[in-house]
Amino acid sequence: MPTPVSPTPPDGHLLEVRDLHVEFRTGEGVARVINGVSYHLDAGETLAVLGESGSGKSVTAQAIMGILDTPPAHVRSGEIRYQGRDLLTLGEEERRRIRGAEIAMIFQDALSALNPVFPVGWQIGESLRQRAGLSRADARRRTVELMDLVRIPAAAKRLGDYPHQFSGGMRQRVMIAMALALDPKVLIADEPTTALDVTVQAQIMDLLADLRRDLGMALILITHDLGVVAGVADRIAVMYAGRIIEHADVRALYRAPAHPYTKGLLESIPRLDVRGQALSTIRGLPPNLMRIPPGCPFHPRCPYARQVCVDEVPHDLVLGDGRTSACHFAQEVHDDRAR
Amino acid sequence: MLRFILRRLLQMVLAFFGTTLIVYALMFAGQGDPIQALAGERPVTAAQRAYLTEKYHLDATGVGGFFYRYLNYLGGLLRGDLGQSLTGRQIGDILAAAWPVTVKLAVIAMAVTILVGVTAGVIAGIRRAGVFDHATLVLTLLVLGIPTIVLAPLAQYFLGVRWPIFPPTAGAQPSLWALLLPGIVLGSLSLATALRLTRTSVSENLRADYVRTARSKGLVRRRIVGVHVLRNSLIPVVTFLGVELGNLMSGAIITEGVFNIPGVGFNLFRGIRTEDGPLVVGIVSVLVVVYLLSNLVVDVLYAVLDPRIRYE
Ligand SMILES: Nc1ncnc2c1ncn2[C@@H]1O[C@H](COP(=O)(O)OP(=O)(O)OP(=O)(O)O)[C@@H](O)[C@H]1O
Ligand code: SF4
Ligand SMILES: [Mg+2]
Repeated sequence: MPTPVSPTPPDGHLLEVRDLHVEFRTGEGVARVINGVSYHLDAGETLAVLGESGSGKSVTAQAIMGILDTPPAHVRSGEIRYQGRDLLTLGEEERRRIRGAEIAMIFQDALSALNPVFPVGWQIGESLRQRAGLSRADARRRTVELMDLVRIPAAAKRLGDYPHQFSGGMRQRVMIAMALALDPKVLIADEPTTALDVTVQAQIMDLLADLRRDLGMALILITHDLGVVAGVADRIAVMYAGRIIEHADVRALYRAPAHPYTKGLLESIPRLDVRGQALSTIRGLPPNLMRIPPGCPFHPRCPYARQVCVDEVPHDLVLGDGRTSACHFAQEVHDDRAR
Repeated sequence: MLRFILRRLLQMVLAFFGTTLIVYALMFAGQGDPIQALAGERPVTAAQRAYLTEKYHLDATGVGGFFYRYLNYLGGLLRGDLGQSLTGRQIGDILAAAWPVTVKLAVIAMAVTILVGVTAGVIAGIRRAGVFDHATLVLTLLVLGIPTIVLAPLAQYFLGVRWPIFPPTAGAQPSLWALLLPGIVLGSLSLATALRLTRTSVSENLRADYVRTARSKGLVRRRIVGVHVLRNSLIPVVTFLGVELGNLMSGAIITEGVFNIPGVGFNLFRGIRTEDGPLVVGIVSVLVVVYLLSNLVVDVLYAVLDPRIRYE
């Protein structure tokens, strides 16, 4: 099922997730966390993956990386194609070689994501020594280059410092330097700025955008903040209860969302052009993933919901401009400009 | 760090005065007849009484007299003179003979703890909820549930008498071989605790965020567990082992008693039994120093192992 929002290149997408299903089997029951996610990424592109907490953004990313804890996680079905090969069919050793070297990832909380007892220089250089086979001296030289690249001031002097000695923003830069060590073609940034101050957030976003451009990587930017992605992303995939419910070009999506959930998200960010408007929020809570409602999983919270929404699961509707929306009334929502 | 060590040394001096004072007071104050208390149950002749009165400055009475005697004793301690036991031997000599035995015993116990306890703990932590983990849980609960006072004679009877694999008692100049069984008995408790601690620490660290990062770097599992997880997991374990070594160095009264090992604990126990006041106070004073020093070493070690800890 090619996603129509951007045409498939002749030799396929760089990275493509197809109809992925992941569940977590715990003592309390089975949580259906990912229920048919499909998205793709082409070289040099930035895809933003957006959604509330618990919608499955990180789990999808970890499935791509192959770092889900199995058990409790269990990939039920789907494909994750990288350069045409389905990663899910590869053995652990082959997947390990792809991690870091082809697809790298940075995490939300750099303080806990970095090992507290090793100096940052050691941690960045580890990939170079262990994976690229660089000598200590070469790894050290390259580590300083990487730290310069992510704009850590006085990099050479900070090699021996420990993660807790850095500010939040600098720590995230260390994470980024570490992820870039092996020149990956895809970088997955899982809420890279959520733990940071607003001004630092902007700096990190700028840095990521610049690095993506300069290094020619493709970037998957996971966030729950629509405001963050506007200037950086090419396309947006909106997730809800383990599904992509809307997938569109950034500008098209901002101009006219075609799914009530996206519409709700957009209405909950303050707009500079509408003074004194009341911020609306989406009522209710995301569903319990052990008991996802029948039909459209969003129906208990949806202002557009009708009987058909309870009875039938909406499939992806392709709208005129090539975008998709998993809503029975996608066109109607799209045309309803009353925001 | 230096300031921390200096401050701790100062605290140690205070703790040293405090504890020796308490032990000294418990041993000698509030007794109707200090000389009789000194001598225990043996009869005291007039000549002995005069000698002891003179020696311990017993002519000064009341609180003032007590402190006078305490300070006098302390003065001797600081000059390295622990005084004489009631049997007339230099307490310094007794300790010089007993300590190497206790240290040997402690080293055996520690070696067993590390080789068996920490290793098994790491394996149990990696294979959490597996057969090995459950088996070690049962065994360690068993060991932790049996007090040494029961375990030591049992081991002695079964492994020393019934099936004489080991010598049942150690004797005056015990060889390493003779100390092996008591060392294992003594170490079994630290072994069980170290195993539980290591296991918990490893299994917790395996779930830490930095492990996910290490995996996303494409490192092999051996390196993730052997370097990243182990280095973090062993911080509390090493700290525990340090404290435990300090405890073991202070002698093991029960184990040394049961196996007849002439170590520090054995002598301390004999001092208590024969109400040999000077011997007890002498040994305890030295033990206090050993204990305080080992705690200081542990704190410094902790800061060395965990870069996040900075004592100021
Ligand atoms: N190890 C796990 N065991 C059980 N459930 C899990 C586990 N990891 C994730 N989940 C569940 O999977 C769901 C999706 O989690 P995920 O981390 O992908 O959300 P997210 O979209 O990244 O949210 P956030 O914005 O909070 O990061 C959540 O409901 C979570 O409870
Ligand atoms: S399908 Fe129905 S419930 Fe679901 S989003 Fe569309 S209108 Fe709302
Ligand atoms: Mg997440």
